[in-house]
Amino acid sequence: MALRTNYIRPLDFKQGRIDMSHGAGGRASAQLIDELFLKAFDNEWLRQGNDQAIFDAPPELAQGGRLVMATDGHVVSPLFFPGGDLGCLCVHGTINDVAMAGARPLYLSAGFIIEEGFALGELKALVESMARASREAGVPIVTGDTKVVEQGKGDGVFITTTGVGVVPAGLRIDGALARPGDAILLSGSIGEHGVAVLSQRESLSFGTSIESDTAALHTLVADMVAAAGPHIRVMRDPTRGGLATTLNEIARQSGVGMHLEEAHIHVLPEVEAACELLGLDPLYIANEGKLVAICAPEAAEVLLAAMRAHPLGRRTARIGTVTQDDHHFVQMRTRFGGRRVVDWLTGEQLPRIC
Amino acid sequence: MKYIDEFRDGALARHLAARIAAEVHEGRDYRFMEFCGGHTHALSRYGVTELLPSQVRMIHGPGCPVCVLPIGRIDLAIRLALDHGAILCTYGDTMRVPASEGLSLIKAKARGGDIRIVYSVADALKLAQTHPEREVVFFAIGFETTTPPTALVVKQAEQLNLRNFSVLCCHVLTPAAVTHILAAPDAARYGKVELDGFVGPAHVSIVIGSRPYVPFAEGWRKPVVIAGFEPLDVMQAILMLVRQVNEGRAEVENEFTRAVTPDGNLAAQRVMDEVFEVREAFEWRGLGLVPNSALKLRERFARFDAERRFDLRYQSVPDHKGCECGAILRGVKRPVDCKLFGSVCTPDNPVGSCMVSSEGACAAHYSYGRFKETG
Amino acid sequence: MCLALPAQVVERQGGDDAIVDLGGVRKAISLALVPEAQVGDYVIIHVGHAIGLLDPEEAAHTLALFAELDATLAADVRATPATPVKAP
Repeated sequence: MALRTNYIRPLDFKQGRIDMSHGAGGRASAQLIDELFLKAFDNEWLRQGNDQAIFDAPPELAQGGRLVMATDGHVVSPLFFPGGDLGCLCVHGTINDVAMAGARPLYLSAGFIIEEGFALGELKALVESMARASREAGVPIVTGDTKVVEQGKGDGVFITTTGVGVVPAGLRIDGALARPGDAILLSGSIGEHGVAVLSQRESLSFGTSIESDTAALHTLVADMVAAAGPHIRVMRDPTRGGLATTLNEIARQSGVGMHLEEAHIHVLPEVEAACELLGLDPLYIANEGKLVAICAPEAAEVLLAAMRAHPLGRRTARIGTVTQDDHHFVQMRTRFGGRRVVDWLTGEQLPRIC
Repeated sequence: MKYIDEFRDGALARHLAARIAAEVHEGRDYRFMEFCGGHTHALSRYGVTELLPSQVRMIHGPGCPVCVLPIGRIDLAIRLALDHGAILCTYGDTMRVPASEGLSLIKAKARGGDIRIVYSVADALKLAQTHPEREVVFFAIGFETTTPPTALVVKQAEQLNLRNFSVLCCHVLTPAAVTHILAAPDAARYGKVELDGFVGPAHVSIVIGSRPYVPFAEGWRKPVVIAGFEPLDVMQAILMLVRQVNEGRAEVENEFTRAVTPDGNLAAQRVMDEVFEVREAFEWRGLGLVPNSALKLRERFARFDAERRFDLRYQSVPDHKGCECGAILRGVKRPVDCKLFGSVCTPDNPVGSCMVSSEGACAAHYSYGRFKETG
Repeated sequence: MCLALPAQVVERQGGDDAIVDLGGVRKAISLALVPEAQVGDYVIIHVGHAIGLLDPEEAAHTLALFAELDATLAADVRATPATPVKAP
């Protein structure tokens, strides 16, 4: 007579909640991993069931390429917002960090710290969103970890993703390489992600049709590298702190200044209106699907064309020029005709009455 | 955005700039104070000052309610959160104002104070309704633009018979502040700048009307032009002031006719008068004690007055010795004249009030204009 | 001290509640201080309240003023009909 295997009730994604046993490493943990994570992410590495993933060296390495690694902790609130959620945000964010070096992203890892009491249904939605984003980008999540903390010690769920990629030989893209005369390109309109997230927060609710621009930019980057690789000096995605912060960072790293033209920085009308209502400046609002590229002036036209040919770069514009400036000021000619400095972000962007 | 974009048109700006340049008299200086912090911000953010002839000097007045909020008042708000365990609701502007003991509202929040940013005072009322077990206090700041909403909410609280809601009232009055600048009772200490006219506040004037400014024109013989909030409005108002000065006129003119009338918003004035009365004196940061310049809740609403409810005692706290906010708020000194500017005192580490709000003279100059010093 | 913006009333709800539209963004606000506002009117909003009505004719008037040509007319400024002098 065959041994009867114990019946294990499947996870209740409708009503179930995470409890401390899910992080303890025992049967409940294994069940969570099997029925949720493995099912969603499913790939050859995860199927092996090890604590680590082993893979072959990518071909670029043999030709003098170099490895790239990046990591992100994601703490967005609310977890779900128009255009996306914490799940796909993680995947896109880390893919982008790796891609900004000019690299081809290869693999991702995902660590989850979940608060006791978190709804399994929401966790499933986030995990499936991650899986979708990972599949669409062609970058698998090959290893991960799950821990549970007591109620009150976490904001629902924190996800940390790490990405590994490879940058081809000869490519040098680095925040310290901008030079006076270089062209500054921006791949599209700014402010959408931040406004989409803010529009969900309780005390700032207003109806808009703004969606987060969260997207994986690695295929856009691949086209850019193919078109003008040796001439690209810097690439960076303007996430937290917005375009202003990213440009100030680069200016400081490279020891240069910048002159921008406000008229060439595109902001969707509703984003502009939402920012007016809250007293916020779109320049300081997070983007999750845009990038800034600084290139040698002679390559600007070619790079611009390559970016505009890609679906994620249709509204690429040249927004300014790098200058010689020991004070590292990022200056801007306003649409109005005057000049102002685009300074570092001070503290948090808080909605104001004045 | 209708009624906004058209008033920011660059081509019209150049046209107005040319007119102003054409009409200023040779060898004559024009010193205008823009009272309202919103105008200070507009001037900096759009780089308007650059478009004006050098003879026109814009002096930033004390029309920024955050900037003139004394340290002692922030201390009261912090005490309510940390000592009395109240949910302290505030507009975002006040969070970083430096107070005593190296604290600010944002730092008090990090220490466990239940301090919440609200976009509107109605949100604070809602919180009181959903948390009947907690005391909820609204930190009410602002000039006459912001006061009527607070008055409405106090009345609602009375109607709803709320037992856990109160207001820490720091509402201040515009005409009293302008009078104080003109009367300059402390000229011996701070010096005094001769002003040729005022750019009157935009939205305060929607509420109070253009009439309250008449004493400044007729009594003090200072031209006043009430200006809308957009950069073109401000430039047009400057042109109108230049013309008044050139012609020896001292009148109250209204550039913001699309929203300001001589009487103002009577419904708003009525509700303010119903709920508030004028305090005999109130300390303004940088200006000292100004008579009849602020409001408190009337006796009928005493139970909604946080100062009475929690038996709070206001204590005046002096500013840092090197801080020149007092002189800067009067237009006697400029941000760069302050030894602390840009070194010790920056938007990230504000020492004085002028650096805290993005409209404070120092913050505005630091954020938008300091590159000009370096050429 | 004025983060106040012109927005169009697109819907009046119960009592003083209304929805305004600014450049495509909708917000719920109170018309308690401007009870006469109708759908289609523009109001100036501040901290969740309308504080005044915007007069479209005067707005057009003011824009025309900005575009006034001919700097040489400076001397005749007082005769210029476009300058609104609403001194009480």
